[in-house]
Amino acid sequence: MLRISANKLDSLFEAVAAKQTLYIPADRNDGEAEYKKYETGMKLTSRLNTLRSAKDFFFPQTEDIVEFKMDGKKIEINDIRQECEDFVIFGVRACDARSFTILDKVYLSEPVDSFYKNRRDHGTVVTLACDRPAETCFCQTFGIDPTAPEGDCACWSDGSYYYFKANTAKGQTFLDSISDLLEDGDDTAELDKVIAKTKAVMSKLPLAGLSTENFGGDKLDEYFSSDKWTELSESCLGCGTCTFVCPTCQCYDIKDFNTGNGIKRYRCWDSCMYSDFTKMAHGNPRLTQLERFRQRFMHKLVYFPANNNGEFGCVGCGRCLSKCPISMNIVKVMKALEEK
Amino acid sequence: MNSNDTLIPYIGVVTDIRIDTPDVKTFRVESPEGGKLFEHMPGQCAMLSIPGVGEAMFSITSSPTNKEFMEFSIKKCGCLTNWLHAMDVGQMITVRGPYGNAFPVETELKGKDLLFIAGGIGLAPLRSVINYVRDKRENYGDIQVIYGSRSKDDLVDYKEILDEWMTDDGVHVNLTIDNAQEGWDGHVGFVPNYVKELNPSTSKTVLVCGPPIMIKFTLAGLKELGFTETQVYTTMELRMKCGVGKCGRCNIGNKYVCKDGPVFRFDQLDELPDEY
Repeated sequence: MLRISANKLDSLFEAVAAKQTLYIPADRNDGEAEYKKYETGMKLTSRLNTLRSAKDFFFPQTEDIVEFKMDGKKIEINDIRQECEDFVIFGVRACDARSFTILDKVYLSEPVDSFYKNRRDHGTVVTLACDRPAETCFCQTFGIDPTAPEGDCACWSDGSYYYFKANTAKGQTFLDSISDLLEDGDDTAELDKVIAKTKAVMSKLPLAGLSTENFGGDKLDEYFSSDKWTELSESCLGCGTCTFVCPTCQCYDIKDFNTGNGIKRYRCWDSCMYSDFTKMAHGNPRLTQLERFRQRFMHKLVYFPANNNGEFGCVGCGRCLSKCPISMNIVKVMKALEEK
Repeated sequence: MNSNDTLIPYIGVVTDIRIDTPDVKTFRVESPEGGKLFEHMPGQCAMLSIPGVGEAMFSITSSPTNKEFMEFSIKKCGCLTNWLHAMDVGQMITVRGPYGNAFPVETELKGKDLLFIAGGIGLAPLRSVINYVRDKRENYGDIQVIYGSRSKDDLVDYKEILDEWMTDDGVHVNLTIDNAQEGWDGHVGFVPNYVKELNPSTSKTVLVCGPPIMIKFTLAGLKELGFTETQVYTTMELRMKCGVGKCGRCNIGNKYVCKDGPVFRFDQLDELPDEY
């Protein structure tokens, strides 16, 4: 495998950033990590994952769609779309990498979302294998191997070296662009040890036994009318934090903003947990938090798999487990629904 | 970025405004160069917007056989619809679509005797089908329209019903209003009851649209008369933003009303969770 010495990682970042925009997960002042645009001297975070998922790169929290000029009875449309510049995201974890293929199923299906595709076409995803999975991790429930992440190019670290393997043509182009920094390293004994150790840790994680076998597209009747929803949703604040940190939540709103010089139409993340999500002039089909709460989990565990060959709308990143203010999450929902 | 994106609308011009009822107006929309902005099939919808005010989904009430313009019958009931009702002829709006499926006029409905049942503004999506089958009369059997509203003044398309539908051979129209009023010598009573009174033949295929409560009792009445859910179609309404099954808003079960609907047969609705 191609590799680079860990103490030369900075020079790799410099080389990549010299040609295109590079984003890496870096520390914030508050102890969390987030993706930042690489600047000289910036260090890769030592935290397992970023506070927010990596979906922002392809489906940003807000995004301008189109502009209008209003003049009396006249309206002029201004298509403001521009070809995105090439960029590289380094250090994406296996869970977030899988979330991109889930978002692809929504946004790249006909009719293709040109805003998402533009970013997707120009972004190169370099993943980084996990070596210290957290107690909130359950990606393996969804068949994700954090020691063998997807993405255009995968990367592993054994402490001394970073190893690279291209998964796609885009990944190969990335490796070719830094080939003069990489060396052949066929002795991966140390790396194999790290991977074996990670796998051993994974098998002992608190959520290692969580299974999807009782969920899927055919479970509508079984779960929709379950009396468990009352208790599960009782303390939900409807704050939407789970949907905002979720790498696979993709619902959006479209809004207009008067700039004083015209109207800017933008889209922004929205949440099925919010009371006005389905509110219409003549009423709201989901009047209580129970119905909104149920929608989010039924979508991930039943509706999405029904439309996507059994694939679930969750990657087990664990963000909702650590961020929900009332400690409610998809794992608790799965366990409760399974109980007969 | 040369590709089209469905979120980027067309400009339409309002070329005629007809006052239907105290709170319903029908807007004729054409492209700035004249003619239709796009083709559609009966039952499909479009997103109309006044930038800065809002954007919402409306059924296209004109028939695709109308080659000159599209029409939208819109009830005044919110921010955007208030604005639309205040428009004058010549106003530009934005339009995108067509969205959703359509009534199966070229497949399942072909050759059938058709019974249209509508309440209030629920006539708007059905009018597209009614005028389509009237224009392609040879492809369909008998046509019956049962339409009711709160009062005579609330009957949408009243003039067209009197002047065109009622004078059309092979089209039977039965009108009803909720409460008796001066100047009305027609039927008085709610639509579901009127349907039962009229006792239509169960050989008919039914298309129903109206307020949820009317649809509920009409379906129950039809079942009493011996109709099955597989011969009754309706069109649904939920909040929508994108129109193409991506923004998540109109998701019910594994369906998106904007793209898999709005037209459903009642046996198909039975398979969805009960939350509409």
